[in-house]
Amino acid sequence: MFGLNKRDAGLLLVVAGLALFAPFLLNPFPTDSAMAQFNAGYPDLMQRFVIFGVFAVGFNLLFGLTGYLSFGHAAFLGIGSYSAVWMFKLLGYNILPGMILSVVVSAVFALMIGYISLRRSGIYFSILTLAFAQMLFAIAYSDLIGRFFGTPITNGETGLQVYTSDPQFFHSENLPDIPHIFGQKMQSTYTLDVGAWSFDFNFGYYFCALILIAAFYLAIRIFRSPFGLMLRAVKSNQQRMNYTGLNTRPYTLAVFVISGMYAGLAGGLMASMDPLAGAERMQWTASGEVVLMTILGGAGTLIGPILGAGFIKYFENIFAKINDNVLHSWFSFMPDGLENLMVALVHPFVGKGWHLTLGLLFMLVVIFLPGGLVEGGQRIAQRLRGKKAAEKATDTSKTPAE
Amino acid sequence: MDAIILQFLNGLDKGSAYALIALGLTLIFGTLGVVNFAHGALFMIGAFCSVTVQRILTLSSESLSATEKDFLGNPLKIKTPYVENWFGPEVGAALIDWSVPLAIVFAIPVMLLVGFIMERGLIKHFYKRPHADQILVTFGLAIVLQEVIKYFYGANPLPTPAPSVFVGSFDFGPLLGLDTSLAYPYWRLVYFAFSAAIIGAVFAFLQFTTFGMVVRAGMADRETVGLLGIDIDRRFTIMFGIAAAVAGLAGVMYAPINSPNYHMGMDFLVLSFVVVVVGGMGSLPGAVLAGFMLGILESLASMNEIKNILPGIDQIIIYVVAIIILLTRPRGLMGRKGVMEE
Amino acid sequence: MAILEVKNVGKRFGGLQALGDVNLNVEENTCHAIIGPNGAGKSTLLNCLVGKLIPDTGSVMFDGQSVLGRKPYEINQMGISRVFQTPEIFSDLTVMENMLIPCFAKRDGAFRMHAIGSIEKDQDIVGKAEQMLIDMNLIDKREMQSSSMSRGDKRRLEIAMCLAQEPRLLLLDEPTAGMARADTNNTIDLLKQIKDERDITIAIIEHDMHVVFSLSDRITVLAQGTPLVEDTPDKIKGHPKVREAYLGESQDAA
Repeated sequence: MFGLNKRDAGLLLVVAGLALFAPFLLNPFPTDSAMAQFNAGYPDLMQRFVIFGVFAVGFNLLFGLTGYLSFGHAAFLGIGSYSAVWMFKLLGYNILPGMILSVVVSAVFALMIGYISLRRSGIYFSILTLAFAQMLFAIAYSDLIGRFFGTPITNGETGLQVYTSDPQFFHSENLPDIPHIFGQKMQSTYTLDVGAWSFDFNFGYYFCALILIAAFYLAIRIFRSPFGLMLRAVKSNQQRMNYTGLNTRPYTLAVFVISGMYAGLAGGLMASMDPLAGAERMQWTASGEVVLMTILGGAGTLIGPILGAGFIKYFENIFAKINDNVLHSWFSFMPDGLENLMVALVHPFVGKGWHLTLGLLFMLVVIFLPGGLVEGGQRIAQRLRGKKAAEKATDTSKTPAE
Repeated sequence: MDAIILQFLNGLDKGSAYALIALGLTLIFGTLGVVNFAHGALFMIGAFCSVTVQRILTLSSESLSATEKDFLGNPLKIKTPYVENWFGPEVGAALIDWSVPLAIVFAIPVMLLVGFIMERGLIKHFYKRPHADQILVTFGLAIVLQEVIKYFYGANPLPTPAPSVFVGSFDFGPLLGLDTSLAYPYWRLVYFAFSAAIIGAVFAFLQFTTFGMVVRAGMADRETVGLLGIDIDRRFTIMFGIAAAVAGLAGVMYAPINSPNYHMGMDFLVLSFVVVVVGGMGSLPGAVLAGFMLGILESLASMNEIKNILPGIDQIIIYVVAIIILLTRPRGLMGRKGVMEE
Repeated sequence: MAILEVKNVGKRFGGLQALGDVNLNVEENTCHAIIGPNGAGKSTLLNCLVGKLIPDTGSVMFDGQSVLGRKPYEINQMGISRVFQTPEIFSDLTVMENMLIPCFAKRDGAFRMHAIGSIEKDQDIVGKAEQMLIDMNLIDKREMQSSSMSRGDKRRLEIAMCLAQEPRLLLLDEPTAGMARADTNNTIDLLKQIKDERDITIAIIEHDMHVVFSLSDRITVLAQGTPLVEDTPDKIKGHPKVREAYLGESQDAA
């Protein structure tokens, strides 16, 4: 199917299914029940799932295949957002020109940054990308470029947004004043009520979901292509690459640019859901986040980054809601003293302590489970299948699939 | 002119902090071959040592005043720090006043211990893993340390004053024969002198002790030193502790300059990496030189005259310079051939 | 005709003159061995041929073209393949994937953006890689991860990868170093077979005299960075100078 083998096609179907049925899957609890706080089927949260999925899939093309760890990928995310908002300002709220420009501009930046950073590998590369991203962040935050144009380009701390005084060349009376595609508003939502449940179907979400599916499909094709094979060879042994008559530089640069375009696309999507672009989107913390997502899910695996992005964004949202009252209700079956003790023990890790949990989880994954959630899943599957099947599975787990 | 001199002086203490962190990073990198993304967190922990000592010294007993009453007529509660109870009001107050310098005594064992635990407990297991893994696990550790501090100390910056003797400024104006005054806070002078002393001590230690010689030899060629039958691993563990202590002490004394907050480590770390790369990976003098250079550059670029024309240039200039240096001198200012070339 | 001409090559590392004044001609379709005691400059010479080092003086011509100043991948594309002392293979990849890479490199050159195509559908390349694995007796290990193979098989795979590029000159850097006797003999047989069946020139650096004398047509003895003598194996065996400088000791020891 679509030039994929059976397993990859299956994987694509799984991702497509998850994305298309997310409004149901993420809202398993009735709206009025106590468990409703664990529902995650809100349009803006679901949009974040898939947008960060696109970002992480692109990051994984670089890191997972070549082993080059970029610590500045959020720069392209921010560049994508700024480009899209500029299209809104100049042309109007139809998101398509913005999406195109965000990919093109981030590709140009990725080409420049990659050209310089890829002269080095290993630690140097990580630090160079980090330095470039921090520089772009500082430029955006102070709007240095705007100084030369006499008009704000990134609009500094305030962030770039659309004003009524902007030209919006193709805007007309009958088009909405918010992001849309040919009049169809991004934020339009249809709510389906089934008994005690309610499900939101958001146009913007489905647009992002389709892009994620397309982006994922492209990633599978790249993984399985001769180009993808060369990238894995770069990770494995650059010396042998050189002595096999292959020039590693254009390969790494090409994938760096592709990966930057994915990030730019994600940035453009973010702006399309909410027509704002701020410098904080480019800060190193944002770059760190996509690293966390990819490693947690499973770097070098196909589906890992999507799982990682969903996992982190879901728990970030859910953990934030767990306060002491919730904890007390969880442990209420215990005697009072014990209940308080348990609450005190768990308290640092939930609510605002989510980052502590995330940091610990991340360390554990790096130490014990370098293949991330995907490897964890495979190990569990092996246990279940028994020993004989397990030996067979070890062989397949070594091919970077799943 | 005087403004430039002032900015130059201001740059010295930011540069000192960069130099001290970069020095530790280089030591760890040169000896263990590990890039420590948690090194900024060590700087931050050092700063919080100051906060902690100050809090300990100001722990107070409450008593009811015999004479004074509050507006409801109840006896007023008076807090008296225990140290004042024990040592008398004058000595006690002096101890509290001098809590930041006293924190040095507290911070040295704490930082050494933190360093040893980090190296033995975590970093050791990553020597043979890919560099990407080392970066990732120390990055995770940095997040954890940062969040732990945030949990115990909150998210807001905590002002930690210097001893009152050092409040006020020294006027460089007359000294330099200028008509205008050139006020420079005493504490910043202290910080610079302190940093210079530590940098000197580290170099002297490496230069003149047998231990230091072995470490330097190990930095140059680990395998050969290992062949000599010298237990290089144990020395490297100690070296990690020392690097942690250097970063920590840099943090302790920095507390009065910038109120400690939980994310200060990462803020400094990113720039310290740039410093290390500009100085030349693996070069200790390079780290110090680049630290001061970039600190002063940042300070000069933050002058209002320049910022009015080029907003934000103080944050940008360091990266621009770093990129230019790396393009023209790929090994940095003083980098040796063969260090991290692959 | 000499396919490889090394003229007056010298290389100095700081105070150490690694190569003095090396002149060497490797004739087409022969096997030429370079031997010499440790520190004689054999590896330095080899690194000058493949672009890893640039000599301070002299010239290196391959098939009438200078190789100096070219990058390793460019020199490889000219037709020089290199086998390393410890097998350099793509250890994260399967044997088949290892084999595919040189096949792509031969057909598509140093870089080709082939990001969407499927490898499986590229019958030419897959067929060629499979044929090579059959020729080299590795076909039953096709899906094995290459890092889990024995050292002998890794060497076999590395040689297969070099041959897949159809090089005109194959450089071997101590191909049997650290190998057990059985593996060494297998490797000798393999190299003999390659020599007989293919139009290929082989230059080999080797310590093991058994390997050298069973394979080579000509031998150059290198000592202290300069060639001592160059002759046929039989003459080298009896050469007094060589006996004195090098062989005598090692034969007595053996």
